[in-house]
Amino acid sequence: MMSLSLALVAVLAVALAAGWLGFSRARRLRAATRLHSLPVYHGAYAGLWAAIPALLLLAAWAPMQSRLVEQSVLSSPEGRALPAFDMQRQAILAEGRAIAHGERDQGFNSQSAAIAPRIRSAEQKYAMLGGLVAIIAAIAAGALAFRRSSPEFRARTGVERWVMIMLFAASLIAILTTLGILLSLMFESLRFFRLYPVTSFLFGMEWSPQTALRADQAGSSGAFGSIPLMWGTFFIGAIIAMIVAVPLGLMSAIYLTQYAAPSVRSALKPILEILAGVPTVVYGYFAALTVAPVVRDFGLSIGISSASSESALAAGLVMGIMIIPFISSMADDSIAAVPQAMRDGSLAMGATTSETIRKVLLPAALPGVMGGILLAVSRAIGETMIVVMAAGLSANLTLNPFASVTTVTTQIVQLLTGDQEFDSAKTLAAFALGLALFLITLLLNLIALQIVRRYREQYE
Amino acid sequence: MRKRLSRRYLAEHWFRGLGLAAVSVSVLFLAFLLYSMAAKGLGGFVHYEARLSIDFAKTDLFLDPEALRGPDAARLVAGTDLGGVITKAATMAYGPKASDMFSDSAVNLLADAIVEQPDILNGRVTLWLPVSSRVDIAAKDKSDDASERLVATLYRQHALKRTFNTQFLKASDSTDPSGVGVWGALKGTFFTILVTMALAFPVGVLAAVYLEEFAPRNRWTDAIEVSLNNLAAVPSIIFGLLGLAVFLNVMNLPRSAPLVGGMTLALMTMPVIVIAGRNAIKTVPPSIRDAALGIGASKMQVTFHHVLPLALPGILTGTIIGMARALGETAPLLMIGMRAFIAAPPSGIMNPATALPVQIFLWSDEVDRGFVEKTSAAIIVLLLFMLLMNGVAIYLRNRFERRW
Repeated sequence: MMSLSLALVAVLAVALAAGWLGFSRARRLRAATRLHSLPVYHGAYAGLWAAIPALLLLAAWAPMQSRLVEQSVLSSPEGRALPAFDMQRQAILAEGRAIAHGERDQGFNSQSAAIAPRIRSAEQKYAMLGGLVAIIAAIAAGALAFRRSSPEFRARTGVERWVMIMLFAASLIAILTTLGILLSLMFESLRFFRLYPVTSFLFGMEWSPQTALRADQAGSSGAFGSIPLMWGTFFIGAIIAMIVAVPLGLMSAIYLTQYAAPSVRSALKPILEILAGVPTVVYGYFAALTVAPVVRDFGLSIGISSASSESALAAGLVMGIMIIPFISSMADDSIAAVPQAMRDGSLAMGATTSETIRKVLLPAALPGVMGGILLAVSRAIGETMIVVMAAGLSANLTLNPFASVTTVTTQIVQLLTGDQEFDSAKTLAAFALGLALFLITLLLNLIALQIVRRYREQYE
Repeated sequence: MRKRLSRRYLAEHWFRGLGLAAVSVSVLFLAFLLYSMAAKGLGGFVHYEARLSIDFAKTDLFLDPEALRGPDAARLVAGTDLGGVITKAATMAYGPKASDMFSDSAVNLLADAIVEQPDILNGRVTLWLPVSSRVDIAAKDKSDDASERLVATLYRQHALKRTFNTQFLKASDSTDPSGVGVWGALKGTFFTILVTMALAFPVGVLAAVYLEEFAPRNRWTDAIEVSLNNLAAVPSIIFGLLGLAVFLNVMNLPRSAPLVGGMTLALMTMPVIVIAGRNAIKTVPPSIRDAALGIGASKMQVTFHHVLPLALPGILTGTIIGMARALGETAPLLMIGMRAFIAAPPSGIMNPATALPVQIFLWSDEVDRGFVEKTSAAIIVLLLFMLLMNGVAIYLRNRFERRW
């Protein structure tokens, strides 16, 4: 890696040099004749040609190099001595890499020290190769671009074409990220469904990954039924949190837009925004440390002996508070979108403000508000830290808000933060849960946006 | 008629009152949240130190002050049993119950003192050293009887004082709550946010420029817009899964490194910056573009010489708000392994590190009572940073944003 970053620096230096040469040559030309493009464009043209292809080469080489290094190490005598079992071998290789890079002095496995020099020499060899190719490419492309500079040469359009390509590439990253999420989740989920049947995952009523058999045992039959998780997620995020957030958020929006004086509004709105900006880990800590004991004591005092200190109610309450600003601003937007004429008409008929709001504004704004609530639900069920810290781990199918339920996000964190191997059914199950979560939130968002859009068109 | 009217007015009052109550609930909740964090956390910024005099002549410490003048001093001192020296001196001064009255970090402080002034080894020295978590809790609040009695003894001898806990700002994670600090986590957060910023800002701005100024109306553009809008609403933990599957397992990047955390958060922040950037670019009036085009600038020159500088304050505001969100984000970092116990602050973007929100999460999981105030104190630090960033964003908005 070290020599590759050296090559990176070298490529950048070549590009700078090419740019400077192009610039000064064009400036000399300008002393004699009139140029099509400013000298700075001639410089940028040569510099971009020198830099971009070589940088792309390096970027493509870096992941390839780690494959090549692994292959050459495995084909060496020390490499052949490694255990054939993939997980163990990868662990030793990782240790060897750490030793080779000087991040560690020794590994748990004695073989990792033996392969470390192999790794180091292979890395040096391939990095030298890749680095040299990139530097040569930079020099060649830079020289070619430099030779084209002449008074008539349209350097500016050339530069602008490169910039255009970069702009397009930047916006493509959004698509690539979406594809990356979908593909990586689907790929790992498929591997999970090879170990565990899809139908049992979707419709199973029992979730107990702790009893899952190891991945290397054929036909593992741990309990990965997702129904209790889905119920817990829905119970906390879509029921309890919304019971708190919808009335409070809606009434806040109504008060702030319809009743409050401008000075009061400008003072209160930032406070709601702060509520939205508090990190979720803070809410989680607050829910676990302050709210949960109060809820449990309250549950015990009204005679519910099963009241848990990790109750669904505590997590849902705090999540609801977190969602208030979101609902409030969505409701704010949709109320503001109702034409003023409808409001004026109602008031002119002698209705009071509250009657106008309840009988005219809210029904008219209802689709927008509903869309906002769906978006809020999608955000609530994807929320992680509050439920990780305040909700429990036991997957119960219960309607009792004082009991402990668990959610999809809690289980993803739980499954992935242990010390298990990456290929076990437990870790792969986390990706299947992630896929389910992704699809559910995607669906909710699409429906919500559709509702909001259709409603807007109605009044425009 | 009059009766009905007054009933309607009463309903009006009630409705208005309900609205006010709803807003008040939010405000009160925020106030209560901040109050409870401050009440629990401010104690984390102060700690108690106790006086300890050590007679080095009576200890069985084999250290030659002369040998400590060389460059090897720190290593030489680290090889000795300073913990034993402290325990012995403490039991001699304050009784057998005082054997573990000093924090683990006291050893390091004593070692530093010796390296700095080797001459103290020749005689008696009196130092103020931080007390252990159990004594600290007893001094601040209530604890078990033994600790309470020890604190009373210390007070009688004027051997206990309250000071600002510099340790908390300078140290990193530790198993001993009296010696933990946020410095390592802050450094990890700094590196992570740096990577996020370096990746998300340029990409986000370029994408916003493309979509607003150049994109043709076609399927590609629609696909880009749809995926941007979706990415902005994808739960953050999904980005963590992406980082785990792609950056760690496919690209073989180091686990727990700020580089990977920063890349993951950059993917999450980029849509926010694109959306803010597009809104800012939209507000630049077309007359600016027309004027520049009219005097012969190319489309690219119009964008980069005129539109982008005018939109920059708006873009920066959006970027800072996006960064503040990334700063408080925990779940994706948990996924890519930035939750390991890391006692040494990271020195670069490839070292194992943790971030401040993750540190808060880790401390909140500790059973030791001493961690409660440290967690809340770390939350105060995090909230201060968020406040600072949002303040800068608001300042930028008010100072530079133009209304056309």
